[in-house]
Amino acid sequence: MSETETTTMKNIAVNAPGAPRTIESLDPVFTVSGLSVFYGEYEAVRGVDMVIGNREITAMIGPSGCGKSTVLRCFNRMNDLIPGARAEGKILYHDEDLYGDHVDPIEVRRRIGMVFQKPNPFPKSIYDNIAYGPRVNGLKGKMDDLVEEALTRAALWDEVKDKLKQNALSLSGGQQQRLCIARAIAVKPEVILMDEPCSALDPIATTKIEDLMQELARDYTIVIVTHNMQQAARVSHRTAFFTAEVDDKGERHGRLVEFDETSRIFTNPTDKRTEDYITGRFG
Amino acid sequence: MAARHSATASGAPSSLARSRPRYGEALIKAVLMLAALVSIATTIGIVVSLLEPTLRFFTEVSALEFFTSTNWGPLFEPPTYGVLPLVSATLITTGIAVVVAVPLGLAAAIYLSEYARPRVRKFCKPALEVLAGIPTVVFGFFALSFITPLLRGVLPFEIEIFNALSAGLVVGFMIIPIVASLSEDAMAAVPAGLREGSYALGASKMVTSLRVVLPAAFSGIVAAVILAISRGAGETMIVYMAGGGQPNFTLDIGKAMQTMAAFIAQAGSGDVPVGTVDYNTIFAVGSLLFVMTFLMNLVSARLVRKFREVYE
Repeated sequence: MSETETTTMKNIAVNAPGAPRTIESLDPVFTVSGLSVFYGEYEAVRGVDMVIGNREITAMIGPSGCGKSTVLRCFNRMNDLIPGARAEGKILYHDEDLYGDHVDPIEVRRRIGMVFQKPNPFPKSIYDNIAYGPRVNGLKGKMDDLVEEALTRAALWDEVKDKLKQNALSLSGGQQQRLCIARAIAVKPEVILMDEPCSALDPIATTKIEDLMQELARDYTIVIVTHNMQQAARVSHRTAFFTAEVDDKGERHGRLVEFDETSRIFTNPTDKRTEDYITGRFG
Repeated sequence: MAARHSATASGAPSSLARSRPRYGEALIKAVLMLAALVSIATTIGIVVSLLEPTLRFFTEVSALEFFTSTNWGPLFEPPTYGVLPLVSATLITTGIAVVVAVPLGLAAAIYLSEYARPRVRKFCKPALEVLAGIPTVVFGFFALSFITPLLRGVLPFEIEIFNALSAGLVVGFMIIPIVASLSEDAMAAVPAGLREGSYALGASKMVTSLRVVLPAAFSGIVAAVILAISRGAGETMIVYMAGGGQPNFTLDIGKAMQTMAAFIAQAGSGDVPVGTVDYNTIFAVGSLLFVMTFLMNLVSARLVRKFREVYE
């Protein structure tokens, strides 16, 4: 499918891994319906419907302020930490209402990990960074093995195995970000959310993280927000394109425009706005 | 002088030479430097003025007696010059103050920085800092007329009218705002990203506060605590009023004790003739107190540097 060439597709090679699955055959981890997110009175995102497939990489793209990060932060209820933020509509995690009354956001975040835009290792040793999550969650097993496994999975073990006691902040930006991925993996989540994980990294570090994502997608469900369309095209199975609509009061509201297999979004989008965005005519 | 290197920013004058002299710049620089020098000069002045009588003191009293004897009665006949009772009293009252102020101050800081809503914080922090503005003589009166009777009514062991416990506790209350306010500043400076990283791993607010924010802010917290200890160790009015004027070499916190600062206040307010041993004694004790707090500040500077976390 990487050979597909259309007039709208000049520079973007689509070689998303794995066989494309149709929406119908999808094994959903998250089912989002009619999701709106408010910060106080302000409606940041309006009416999002989408499905996140098990062990797939789903990319969320769109211009700044389109609400893609806001939606991402609903999946692990990170928005709960912002005073005045609330979500309407429904997000099912498997068959459970993520915003149901009985749901403990802390348990949610243990199962659904997150990697942030700026690498944010704790000012502790490399070892303690990885061990933090398992310790906090009372995970059983030998800690040394857990740490090695997580670092190995994040393709960082060989680079740090001789300096586990060193402060994590001594690592390069790219290594720090892989450390943060390892830290997320260490609590054995089912889903990993990534909020522009490469935007603070150089191209080589970015390539490493992208390779890692593809590797991780065998066992984890990954949702990634990115500004980088090529990145979405390279790594994801499915892509959601968001945009910001300005209403008659001049307020911007995020909207999901189109959600489809990545190959289709980048070669044959159904919506004019998607086409304009991916061809660089807008955004 | 420095202005010689700067060219005019706009326009293209015929020459790059300064078109008119800038006296204001030099004047401002001089005034600012003078302001900075005042505090340095004061410190040097204090050291110098302490030094001379202190040296004179040690020509008349042996350093061995001063540092090892446990009897302090320089104004009695025959005089005794063992400073240990004053030192122990200072350490005990300061120790009590730290035991009170550090947990309460840190708890307040954690609450303000991690738990309180912005509106609560906006009200609480200035309110807390008002506590730091209360004159210490008021604290001293509070200790003597409220805390001491309370302790005497509640505690099972004997508490004298003047006692180290009451003095230490109230010094502790006095330094809570220093610990709380400066620690809160340090914790608020911890990047939000670290907290998010912790929450995203399924950590509760409590765990995040204690295991991520607190360690990350550690150097600032150490600085806050040391500053508070220095203030507590040098505190005079409270210990003078509530602790009493009796030098006692004891660990019994229910007894009256005289701290170094309290002795200075007591002896300094009497009519001690200049140049006598009694007069010099005041300075010797003052020097010792100065050296002790100075050493502590040095240690804290070292600690702060050692534990400084750079987040970038």
